[in-house]
Amino acid sequence: MSDDLTLLTAVEAAAGVNSGELDREELYSAWLERARLDDLGALTWTSDSVLEAGEGPLGGVPVAVKDLFCTEGIPSQSGSRILEGYRPPYTATVVERIAEAGAPLLAKTNQDEFAMGSSNENSAFGPVLNPWDRTRVPGGSSGGSAAAVAAGLAPWALGTDTGGSIRQPAALCGIVGLKPTYGSVSRFGMIAFASSLDQAGPFALNVADAALLYSQMVGRDPRDATSLAYPGEVSGAALPDLKGVRLGVPQELSGEGIESGVLEAFERTLDLARELGAEISECQLPHAPHALSAYYLIAPAECSSNLARYEGVRFGNRVDNGGDLEQMFSQTRAAGFGEEVRRRIMLGTYALSAGYYDAYYGSAQRVRTLISKDFDKAFESFDAIVTPTSPGVAFPLGSKTADPLEMYLQDFCTVPMSLAGIPAISIPNGLSEGLPVGFQIAGPAFSENRILGIAGALEPAIGFDSRAARL
Amino acid sequence: MIDRSDVLHIARLARLELDESEVDRIGSEISGILAHVERISELDLEGVEPTAHSVAQAGELREDDPGESLPRERALESAPDTDGIGFRVPPPSA
Amino acid sequence: MSDWEAVIGLEIHVQLATRTKMFCSCSPSFGEEPNTRTCPVCLGLPGALPTINAAAIDYGLQIGLALGCELASRSVFHRKNYFYADLPKGYQISQFDEPLCSGGELDGVRINRVHLEEDAAKLSHSSASGRIHGADASTVDFNRGGTPLAEIVTEPDLGSAAQARAWLQLLRSTLRALGVSDVNMDEGSLRCDANVSIRAVGDTGLSTKTELKNMNSFRFVEKGIEAEIARQVALVDAGGTVVQETLHFDPRTGTLTSLRSKEEAHDYRYFPEPDLLPVAVDDARIARARETLPELPAARASRYVEEHSLDPDLAKRLAFDADLTEMFESSLASGAGSVPARAIATWFSAEVSPRLGEMDDSSRSRLEPAALASLVGLVESGKVTTAAARGVLDRLVAEGGEPSAIVASEGLEKVGAGDELSAAVDEAIAADPEAAAKVGAGEQKALGPLVGLVMKATQGRADGGEVRRLLLERLAP
Ligand SMILES: [Mg+2]
Ligand SMILES: [Zn+2]
Repeated sequence: MSDDLTLLTAVEAAAGVNSGELDREELYSAWLERARLDDLGALTWTSDSVLEAGEGPLGGVPVAVKDLFCTEGIPSQSGSRILEGYRPPYTATVVERIAEAGAPLLAKTNQDEFAMGSSNENSAFGPVLNPWDRTRVPGGSSGGSAAAVAAGLAPWALGTDTGGSIRQPAALCGIVGLKPTYGSVSRFGMIAFASSLDQAGPFALNVADAALLYSQMVGRDPRDATSLAYPGEVSGAALPDLKGVRLGVPQELSGEGIESGVLEAFERTLDLARELGAEISECQLPHAPHALSAYYLIAPAECSSNLARYEGVRFGNRVDNGGDLEQMFSQTRAAGFGEEVRRRIMLGTYALSAGYYDAYYGSAQRVRTLISKDFDKAFESFDAIVTPTSPGVAFPLGSKTADPLEMYLQDFCTVPMSLAGIPAISIPNGLSEGLPVGFQIAGPAFSENRILGIAGALEPAIGFDSRAARL
Repeated sequence: MIDRSDVLHIARLARLELDESEVDRIGSEISGILAHVERISELDLEGVEPTAHSVAQAGELREDDPGESLPRERALESAPDTDGIGFRVPPPSA
Repeated sequence: MSDWEAVIGLEIHVQLATRTKMFCSCSPSFGEEPNTRTCPVCLGLPGALPTINAAAIDYGLQIGLALGCELASRSVFHRKNYFYADLPKGYQISQFDEPLCSGGELDGVRINRVHLEEDAAKLSHSSASGRIHGADASTVDFNRGGTPLAEIVTEPDLGSAAQARAWLQLLRSTLRALGVSDVNMDEGSLRCDANVSIRAVGDTGLSTKTELKNMNSFRFVEKGIEAEIARQVALVDAGGTVVQETLHFDPRTGTLTSLRSKEEAHDYRYFPEPDLLPVAVDDARIARARETLPELPAARASRYVEEHSLDPDLAKRLAFDADLTEMFESSLASGAGSVPARAIATWFSAEVSPRLGEMDDSSRSRLEPAALASLVGLVESGKVTTAAARGVLDRLVAEGGEPSAIVASEGLEKVGAGDELSAAVDEAIAADPEAAAKVGAGEQKALGPLVGLVMKATQGRADGGEVRRLLLERLAP
């Protein structure tokens, strides 16, 4: 076994600790040293001591957690000025669960403010640099978690995905990211962006590590009315091959608007899948091209309401120029929220306002229904649907900040699955212009074992080196 | 297309103080986004049920069993302004 | 100038007496220290999520059944978005286009809907300023925040302030019988707003209505609505027109002040609460709610008619008034059949009820139901005259106590034919020989002053008939 404990996979390290070969504290301290190397802006808080965790399958392998997960007594700011320095009186269910299962908290990670963004440039605490190329973005909104794992600052991490916030940064940073079935992981203690879409998931260097972490995240939480019991066990074991596995390629999400380099990598991966025995053919998701529109009505509408609680009364920062209550609210919110957040609150407020509800929010919800039906139909004849994760590779810092729509297009391939609430995983499948590209595999609700199995079969065939960007 | 008065009305509803310079910019940005998302109006949505939750199954109820509340000092600890008993706020001007 | 009639609808908020709040496990507050009954959920902290209290749903269903409503097959919650210091999340979780109960009727007044929602926190304004910028501060206590509320909305079927008060009393006794709430107006567990408009007698259309808020006692509900009707009539008679507005009734001055805030016309931006899945309201649940329904005022009134042969109006007056009917029931129990129910009923309705009605807070009455039973017993058995008993009742209401003890200590027993009475009769004759002479001359109506003198001398403890008999015996030709 390697003498640098941080070169072990999480699965290896956990096994080592649980078999008594490795010492938990040494493992934690080794990772603490790695975390302290952060010069990417990936971490917003790092433990200054060895933190405890329960005995369990996660074997003491420490975890980095996105800023928006509430952690008792530890800054939980969701990347926002309005929550700067906020230390919650309670801890998110999923963070508690993985701690009980053996994963102690190592660090909190940087993110786009309230998870709104695809480049991590919307964080009040500065951008995160992509370890593959420091002039480029890591993707977002979970950019800090993705960069931290890719740079080897943490063995694995928690992120959240509302429209692509795990899958797209995983792709841009060359690691594995899973957006689980909506409801399979508790949202209690997760600072909300869009409640009907937000879902927590794992980042890891390989599929097996991601599967192990996810297996300890799932389960019904009586404190989250939208959470569901996971049917059966999460094994996530890699399939030996893809014989008889039917993969659908929706042309709506694998042609127009996608960089040639990304498409080439995609085609190469499809060839590998064929070699492994997969049956690949085109499928239709006729309404997928409208997903982005529906998403950019539904998510802002929900966020305009979710973010109403930030008014400077019970927590967070307040701006009070001696005016009345309403003035305090308006000044606090104007000063505390960044530009993108303000923009989406305005958009969402408009979409819900009298006279526009049916035309905007109402219609978007109906489009959402059509998109779910598209997937249901597709899964009648396919085991999984595959697309490029992101239309492009990591882009230069500042190159898309001028035009919101440009930025929104990053979620083109990931938003449909979010609207349908179905699981999708992104695995690195090669390079374009020397930068990582992601391959997305989506399945029906609670088919995580299937898509993890397919990803696990492709992984060795692709042979991507996820450690190439290690600091 | 949304005009200045719309922007100011929404900002009021959303409790966001805008400075003069922002009003037009935000107005045109939102108009731009709306122009894009309005493409869904091309779809025939007649008789299509709206989806509010992607979870199909029905929710559960919580049994009426009391649990712990926070000690007052914990409840107040993160507040910008308190008197140690309550959360202090500027007077509402009714 | 035409005659006006009032058109009144009520909107009632009832705090449900559950053991936990609507969407979290905190116990609702009963005057605890401020901000000691909160948690991340009811403080609206980042990341906290609501969960629906099963008992609140059951109470809501019981109210619906008691009011003859149609029950929804699922409970769906929406977000009502607006900003205020007492609303921690910036939205109230309430029900919108699918209320738990709709339709229904209670004693001729149609129910529009009954829905569930969460109560707001308490914002109190203190001039004790601690703020950096001088101006007065207000403080928020989140104990009340999240308490389950049932909002009951009637159709505009009430025609007068008195009718509104009486109906609200019936609703209260119905809810109290259900045991779903303390329904205490001065503690705020029962809150009533009224929509008031007037129209020319004979018209059927609805005209512009105003909303009356903050009437925290039955008397104030009546007085407030009365005042608003008078205001509207005067306004319209003077050629003015009623504008839609919200008014605050000040019981002390009896004046109405408009609550015209600078808030623009509300736009609540209702949308389905994404944190809560619709919950099916299955038949088993409804059946359980139905089984636990107790005897309701309407049924109780008809029972009074049958069991105690009260006349229907008297039966209603008792059964529809939560306080009266409870006192009446326990009076009967204590009277143990020895005292006729009709007599007790009559006393409650004719004597007790008016006395309580005069009090600002009838809960301050010291009258024990058992005491009333025995007082009525004393009257029925001829030991005390009705006149004397009224005096005793005043004392029972003010100070409480045991009637027979009061009667004894005050010497209020009826004076029968005996030395004391004949002495009083002789004194009367001596005191007014003129009248006595007239009676002697057969002038019966001259008896009046003499009887009066005797009664005065015996403080009303003498029996009128007996006194006449004695006087005539002495004076008749
Ligand atoms: Mg209400
Ligand atoms: Zn609570």
